[in-house]
Amino acid sequence: MLDYMNLCRMAQLARERSISLGALVLADQAEQMETTEEKILETMDRQLTVMEQSAEKGCSATIRSMSGLTGGDAWKMYERACRGVSICGDFCVNAITTALAVAECNAAMGRIVASPTAGSCGILPGAVLTMMRKKKIERKTAIMALICAGGIGMVIANKASLSGAAGGCQAECGSASAMAAAALVEMAGGTPQMALDAAAMALKNQMGLVCDPVAGLVEVPCIKRNAAGVMIAITAADMALAGIQSVIPVDEVIEAMRDVGEAMPCALRETAQGGIAATPTARELTRKIFEKGENK
Amino acid sequence: MNIFDIIGPVMIGPSSSHTAGAARIGYVARKILAKEPVRAEIDLAGSFAETYRGHGTDRAIIAGILGMKPDHEDLPRSLEIAREKGLQYRIETVRLPKCHPNTAVIRLWAEDGDMTEVEGASVGGGNILITRLNGLESAFTGQCNTLIIPHRDTYGVIAGVAQALAAFRINIGNFRLTRQAKGNTAIMTLEVDGDVSRELLMLLRALPNVLHVVYLHANE
Repeated sequence: MLDYMNLCRMAQLARERSISLGALVLADQAEQMETTEEKILETMDRQLTVMEQSAEKGCSATIRSMSGLTGGDAWKMYERACRGVSICGDFCVNAITTALAVAECNAAMGRIVASPTAGSCGILPGAVLTMMRKKKIERKTAIMALICAGGIGMVIANKASLSGAAGGCQAECGSASAMAAAALVEMAGGTPQMALDAAAMALKNQMGLVCDPVAGLVEVPCIKRNAAGVMIAITAADMALAGIQSVIPVDEVIEAMRDVGEAMPCALRETAQGGIAATPTARELTRKIFEKGENK
Repeated sequence: MNIFDIIGPVMIGPSSSHTAGAARIGYVARKILAKEPVRAEIDLAGSFAETYRGHGTDRAIIAGILGMKPDHEDLPRSLEIAREKGLQYRIETVRLPKCHPNTAVIRLWAEDGDMTEVEGASVGGGNILITRLNGLESAFTGQCNTLIIPHRDTYGVIAGVAQALAAFRINIGNFRLTRQAKGNTAIMTLEVDGDVSRELLMLLRALPNVLHVVYLHANE
């Protein structure tokens, strides 16, 4: 059984058995959860369906969060995608749209899959659903990619943390980005080592990102960080698929992320006391939201 | 931890601690009342008190009290559903000294006057910790199969429960006992491996001096 403490060891095992990282994790989870691979695939299929539903629901001109702070941005991006004028191209503009849509669905009390967390729930669907739609990736391949992403997430959870309160946004959106990068590589047919290189490069690019939600709500800047998170995942995946390697092995990058998180002051770990949350505009918005609450 | 702790849980947003965890505390309170609640009083403390409207914490707790799980599509409409169903509720923000930052106290009443009070904290990732039950200290997460057994504080009750579990080959992973005063009502909380059958629950409920048996299935 795997202990989910060493990704390089997991990639080596996958290589020895000539299987993907996703297949390695699937076989192990079936054993650990005392169930069958089919049952796990069925449940993961349901998670994928929920992701599709939240992407659909969130892409709306009228959707608004409970606080009224956010909503409707995925729709703006969708309209730009439809016009075919985006700078970053069809695939990326669709990935951004999906990431924003799922994150806005979450802020509006819609149903989502925390992957790994609610605050970072748009990144993995942004990557996986866009691959299915734009690159004609089969559903079962997408499900295996989610399992691969889950394996990466378990190692990060064991070695570092997935919580913004513990490790800042790098632990939430950074981890989601690393998971999405590995999933993209797996769907594109890359090797297990490429998936790890992609995960490492994605995580390195969000190292040090703080958790500073305005008014303590999972909205600003969280939703837009989902858009950037999926773009970093795409960049990292394409680099890895081109043969670019991460100079620092992924396991060491995860440990560095943990250390950076531990060094982060409390004000920058989900307490809404520092960073974006402490700006004059954020303080004014916070005051208004709380006032509205009291008068209700 | 398994793969669905990472690619999951499926939940209503926006926050695993302030929405999903809050719904679970409400759900556990309903399970402990074990009847249809007609009145609910909810005290929110700490960060729950400060950000509950933006996170829908109030809606999540009421949804749980109505029997909805954290992924129930109707969770955002729970306040309206409560009114339709005739559940009276009152939500207040309070200061509770020395409690976890995300704490709620829920008091529920059934039609026949039965009442239960549950204090719970949402400790992150949708996980919860029940810290007080009907005024007695408690500590369970609901992540294991859990039996909550209020009983008369007298000799032999614990032995009777343990014997019944042993007869059904159910292993006890954790045991906690709290009591108000000698001879009064006490509560034992047992986390067990394996599933407690309906038959075993009936046996436990029939034991002398056992007042009530609540069974919470893991991750329910």
